Amino acid sequence: MGLEIAFWVLAVVAIAAALAVVTLRNVFRAALSLILCFLAVAGIFVTLSADFLAAVQILIYVGAIAVLIILAIMLTREVERGSLSNKLVVPVLISAILFFGVATFAMLNTSWPVVSLPPAEPTTALLASKLFGEDGFILTVEIAAILLLATIIGAITIVREK
Amino acid sequence: MSLGLEHYLVLSAALFSIGLYGALTKRSAVVILMSIELMLNATNIALVAFSRYIVPVLLTGQVFTIFSIVVAAAEATVGLAIIMAIYRSRETIDTTKIDLMKW
Amino acid sequence: METVIPNELVWLIFLLPLLSFAVISLILRPFFSNKPRLSGYISISAIFGSFILSIWALTSILSAPSHELAIPDFNWLVIDSAITIHLGLIMDSLTAVMLIVVTLVSLMIQMYSQGYMQGDPSYHRYYAYMSLFTASMLGLVMVDNLLIMFVFWELVGLCSYLLIGFWFHRPAAANAAKKAFIVTRIGDFGFLAAILLLLSKTGTLDIAQLHSLAIAGTLAGTVLTLAAIGIFLGAVGKSAQFPLHVWLPDAMEGPTPVSALIHAATMVAAGVFLVARMFPLFEHSEVALLTVAIIGGLTAIFAATMGLVMTDIKRVLAYSTISQLGYMMLGLGVGGIAIGIFHLFNHAFFKALLFLGAGSVSHATGTFDMRQMGGLRKVMPWTYATFLIASLSIAGIWPLAGFWSKDEILLSSINNQPILFYLAMVTVFMTAFYMFRVVFLTFGGQYRGDNSGSHSARPHESPSVMIMPMVVLAVLAVGSGWLNVTGGFSQFLGGGETRGFFEGLFHGFTHTLPGLPIPLAWISLILAGLGILLAYAIYSARWLSAERITRLFAPLHMLFSRKYWFDELYEHIIARIVLLKGLFAGLKFFDSRGIDGAVNGIARTTVATGRVIRKAQTGQLQLYGMFIILGVVAIILAMYLSG
Repeated sequence: MGLEIAFWVLAVVAIAAALAVVTLRNVFRAALSLILCFLAVAGIFVTLSADFLAAVQILIYVGAIAVLIILAIMLTREVERGSLSNKLVVPVLISAILFFGVATFAMLNTSWPVVSLPPAEPTTALLASKLFGEDGFILTVEIAAILLLATIIGAITIVREK
Repeated sequence: MSLGLEHYLVLSAALFSIGLYGALTKRSAVVILMSIELMLNATNIALVAFSRYIVPVLLTGQVFTIFSIVVAAAEATVGLAIIMAIYRSRETIDTTKIDLMKW
Repeated sequence: METVIPNELVWLIFLLPLLSFAVISLILRPFFSNKPRLSGYISISAIFGSFILSIWALTSILSAPSHELAIPDFNWLVIDSAITIHLGLIMDSLTAVMLIVVTLVSLMIQMYSQGYMQGDPSYHRYYAYMSLFTASMLGLVMVDNLLIMFVFWELVGLCSYLLIGFWFHRPAAANAAKKAFIVTRIGDFGFLAAILLLLSKTGTLDIAQLHSLAIAGTLAGTVLTLAAIGIFLGAVGKSAQFPLHVWLPDAMEGPTPVSALIHAATMVAAGVFLVARMFPLFEHSEVALLTVAIIGGLTAIFAATMGLVMTDIKRVLAYSTISQLGYMMLGLGVGGIAIGIFHLFNHAFFKALLFLGAGSVSHATGTFDMRQMGGLRKVMPWTYATFLIASLSIAGIWPLAGFWSKDEILLSSINNQPILFYLAMVTVFMTAFYMFRVVFLTFGGQYRGDNSGSHSARPHESPSVMIMPMVVLAVLAVGSGWLNVTGGFSQFLGGGETRGFFEGLFHGFTHTLPGLPIPLAWISLILAGLGILLAYAIYSARWLSAERITRLFAPLHMLFSRKYWFDELYEHIIARIVLLKGLFAGLKFFDSRGIDGAVNGIARTTVATGRVIRKAQTGQLQLYGMFIILGVVAIILAMYLSG
């Protein structure tokens, strides 16, 4: 029961924060709403018994990405201009609602092969053996490392003063 | 009505659609990037929900989410770097004005 | 070196120069452009390695039971199990001889080039091309498959083009390069046609298989004759035989070492080699064999006449080369592989030497015009000595190299084609005459050049890096013929009789042939001696005035010095009138109306359509995104609606 209450509260907060992100005129406030939304999603992860992911969500999204975004806002003086919309507001709104409609319809009309097992908890050790253990995803982890390295080099190259 | 997979999926779809709306209507590249992060979060919710309800012990969905977060971080970094580069050369990051590639 | 050469090292023979080409053009030229000597060293060490390996291959082949090594093939191309093209090497006596010739001459000439090309801004490029050429030529003589051989055949043609046009900023060089490429291409067309004919009729291009088919008689009649003639046409183009000889004299625009290597010793001999390689096909077609002999004999005398009157030293040598190649073809046509290749073997050394001598002379005087030379004997003793040896050799003076192979050709032609024999005898006389005309004009008398010229105050001997290779070649020009005094060389290539060394040394002088009053060797020696004497009389002692003789034979002189108007015939009649006015004009009409019309029509439609559709491309990524989402929605709906 407590889980359900938590879910509903978190879902409402997440959606409200997300709406704020796309509607607020002040870009800085929009960024703060985004952080709120990230935190709510972290909470959602907790309700799904994904404790490790919730921590990662907070560390990376709130700690790193949000900071980066705020930094970019400061550097590009977007606060003065505000968050403007282009001419596509109405058609995109209709498209988005349509998409939400068909996506929801599709999700509710699919019979998911749900298993009624209790979730594994805590997940950290399990995830570690999944990622690094035998028959795991170690190759993918290494590829991800290379991707991150390439990203660092690429980002530095792009923003470097000529 | 107890909490099921569908709840999370619909929440995911809602967040995704909101992000989609933002990504397609905003003129500021930074806000577009923020909207895209929203969409990525929405898919992460879906992935973790599938993991919880369909393979609760295997955790494959969670592993997938970790990689999704890695890629999202990379995307945000490069995206913001591009935004900075564009801002430096064109004094604006208004996407309606960055259309040199059109006919 | 008792052990047999390993297969991998055989491949290395032609891969080494190829590697050198890659190193020079990919590493040295971009990154070490201020150290040109390096590329020379690399190229020379590569060819030296190939030379050592070639000697090893030769000894292995000599000790092999059937004078042949089996090298495993790769399957290079398999088409539907009907046609399989192997990539393999053929290592028999013919290959071994050619390998020695190519690597040795190339080694000498590349060493010489260090002096000749010194200070040239394109030194790297020169050695890169030289390496590529050597690699292609070695590949050409080694491969066991006509198709791959054709690839190398074209590659040496390409290198020839690049090296003739090495100084491409000179219009004459650029034009000569084009001419060489286009004229040889006419011959290559015949070669390619022959390859396709053989492939369609026999289904194989493997040389050994084609040989056995021809010997077994499966491949016979018109097909065999046509294929052999086609192959010979390729050889005519490459070896500058009549009537495709016009490119070789112009090719002298390239650097002199290039002329020595490509246009005297190796590439032009590739035509002779090709005929020798495919000899079983010729042997079983009388018509083809006769064609080879006739074209060869005709070319020999025809080119010699033009060599009589040229004033440019390199052009004399060029016509001499054509003439000697004609001899080789004649030798193949009347005698067989051993005789033709023996002359090729000897000719490579003395003709390369002659060219290097000419290069050395021009290095000293800054010109190739013999009227500007004279008296160089005193200032360039080494060049004079080596040039004289080579001239005696080519004139066929006993016991130098040229004598042996030339006499073998004469000997077999008298038995088979008496008319060609008499033509060849006249050519012997002319050869001696024109060579010694060069010797006397260049080295005898007084210096006629301009002493105040900017090139150098006075003619001087060339540096030792140029002299050394010439001395080595001079030794070979004397001695290479002795290999067959005992008949060993012919035996190695399959055929001929053996005799003792001293018996062989004087064999030609003691055996009178039926139909001749005195032994053949005496006749050819006397004719050559007469030629030398006449040259001496006109150009050195001046008992006879050259001008007087010229006036006396004015029409002939005109005919020779204008090269029988072949250039004019090709350029004006064939190129300008037949091709340009007739064929090309018609093609042009079809091209501009038919093909261009269709092409332009399509293009116009495309542009018009594009002008309309491009309005959708607003450059607004978000609009595209919206359409993507609508597309996704449409697909999901379609999925559910269709059930």
